[in-house]
Amino acid sequence: MGNNSLHVLKGINFDVAEGELVSIMGSSGSGKSTLLNILGMLDEADEGSYTLDGKVIKNLNERIAAKYRNQFLGFIFQSFNLINYKSALDNVAMPLYYQGVNRNLRTEKAMHYLDKVGLAKWADHLPNELSGGQKQRVAIARALASNPKVLLADEPTGALDTRTSYEVMELIQGINDEGKTILVVTHEEDIAHMTKRIVNLKDGIILDDSKVTQVRAKEAKEKALSHV
Amino acid sequence: MFNIERWQEIFETIRKNKLRTFLTGLSVASGIFILVILLAIGQGMQNGIAKEFEDDAANRISVWTGVTSEEYKGLNPGRRIQLDNQDYELAENKNIDKLEYRSGVYSIWGGLTTYKNETGSYRIEGVRGDYQFLENETLVAGRYINQKDLDEYEKVAIIGNRVYQDLFKGKNAIGEYIQVTGVKFKVVGIYTDPGGEREETRVFIPLTTAQRVFNAGDRLRSMVFTLEQKDNFEEALAASEAFSQQLETDLKTRHTVAPTDERAININNSLENAKRFYDLMDMIRYFFWGVGICTIIAGVVGVSNIMLIIVKERTKEIGIRKAIGAQPLSIIGMILHESIFVTAIAGFFGLIFSLFLLEMVGPLIETDYIRNPSVDFGVAIATVIILVVAGAIAGFFPAYRASNIKPIVALRDE
Repeated sequence: MGNNSLHVLKGINFDVAEGELVSIMGSSGSGKSTLLNILGMLDEADEGSYTLDGKVIKNLNERIAAKYRNQFLGFIFQSFNLINYKSALDNVAMPLYYQGVNRNLRTEKAMHYLDKVGLAKWADHLPNELSGGQKQRVAIARALASNPKVLLADEPTGALDTRTSYEVMELIQGINDEGKTILVVTHEEDIAHMTKRIVNLKDGIILDDSKVTQVRAKEAKEKALSHV
Repeated sequence: MFNIERWQEIFETIRKNKLRTFLTGLSVASGIFILVILLAIGQGMQNGIAKEFEDDAANRISVWTGVTSEEYKGLNPGRRIQLDNQDYELAENKNIDKLEYRSGVYSIWGGLTTYKNETGSYRIEGVRGDYQFLENETLVAGRYINQKDLDEYEKVAIIGNRVYQDLFKGKNAIGEYIQVTGVKFKVVGIYTDPGGEREETRVFIPLTTAQRVFNAGDRLRSMVFTLEQKDNFEEALAASEAFSQQLETDLKTRHTVAPTDERAININNSLENAKRFYDLMDMIRYFFWGVGICTIIAGVVGVSNIMLIIVKERTKEIGIRKAIGAQPLSIIGMILHESIFVTAIAGFFGLIFSLFLLEMVGPLIETDYIRNPSVDFGVAIATVIILVVAGAIAGFFPAYRASNIKPIVALRDE
């Protein structure tokens, strides 16, 4: 916004295939969040093109961006961004409300996803009655509720301790195993290695882009626990 | 508007944000409440003043005489001027086509009146039949004085309701005989007067009889007239002023009174007094409307303020909603829908509460100057609508701005 414009990204060129689990790494200021925001249509690039599921995403007005976000994308934020006066169930059901799904079906679907993240019992609780890990799981259920093409996670474990982080990653891996495309922005080495591909950003350009052997979060958790 | 999903969403939001809703509602409800009460008090004052005029005909012109205060044509000041039948006939003949009701009056104060063992002292007034309308009296029983009574010097009396209560204690009075200053009169009518008890402690007898019984010759204490009704107040006022002036000149000429003498001939024109009161009433009304409009403005500003704060407070929520796919229009719709709903309900609540209060307390307020405070329902509804619309407009701009904020900005952690 201010008067000093800053070129954060300086030529990024990469593709993500369907079903991939990619992590975008980099120190703060490397442009990873900006990249994610562009991918999430929360922000727009000055130059270049972005194609999602065969559609060129360009010159979006708010109305169309909102529609695409609702149809194609699910967001997971570092600070969860749940609506704090709505119950876990209502939070999960929200994207469905904006899709025009009727109330009964909405509740049924939302319940299904809450169950999937293991929080069916907490459906009626407000976000401030949940732990950090639980909140993030509600947020993941919400991101899944609209059955999007791509999940975008911005530092999903940034506000969580190691054990909870691994639990959340375990969930994300599970979702990926079912075939969903997921992009994770993180600056944590161990989290990045739980994905299948790491894109390293520095000062707005891609430093390297390599496939890695996935570390299963479940095993990592058990290992971490046995050390204690 | 009949989107059930939207309504559910709104009710849920309201239920989960009780304090916010309550504060918005309170400012609207109290604004309406104050306005309605103010307007009602204004109306009450108007009613109170109007009531002061009810005891006599509104366009009554009465004439009575006093003592000259100026020397004129060699006559000393201090001369008592006495009205008589000729004065009355002069006024009557000259204006016969303009006059509606007319009567000469001969009265005495403290006339001892007796029925069997009951005695009271009342004002005894000898009048003509028209006097009933000049005093705005209604007959409870019997009849009023008629031309035959006057022509034949009948000894009949019409007594006030209060006199009837005092002397007859609720028993039949019509056809009974009362003694007025030792002379027997037959009671033929009972009247009531909107002016109240003071106006009902009088006994009316035919003018001719009074002049004979009280040994008054053809003298009169006063004369009372009303003019024919006119289409509007201005015309009526002009006509009655012209009549009063003409009458004053004629009487002064006949009794040789200086034209500038203000004591000898007194003419009281109710309509002139009424005009002063109507002007006062208008002033009161403008004042209350002024205060009322200021109250509405304060209410609108209050609602706008709250709307601004609500939108500010919800910026992050709006960002979240947009990130998960809310259309900008649905954001605006959501905020406006909620605010209109809350202000409308609160407005009507304030309205109903104030009307209820007026209904309960209003009749208890019976001072001389405030009477039956009430408010025009249409006006009250209109103010509620104004407040709701103003609140919606005030809420629209921040809502519109919020809906256009990029979600990334709204979501940024402070």
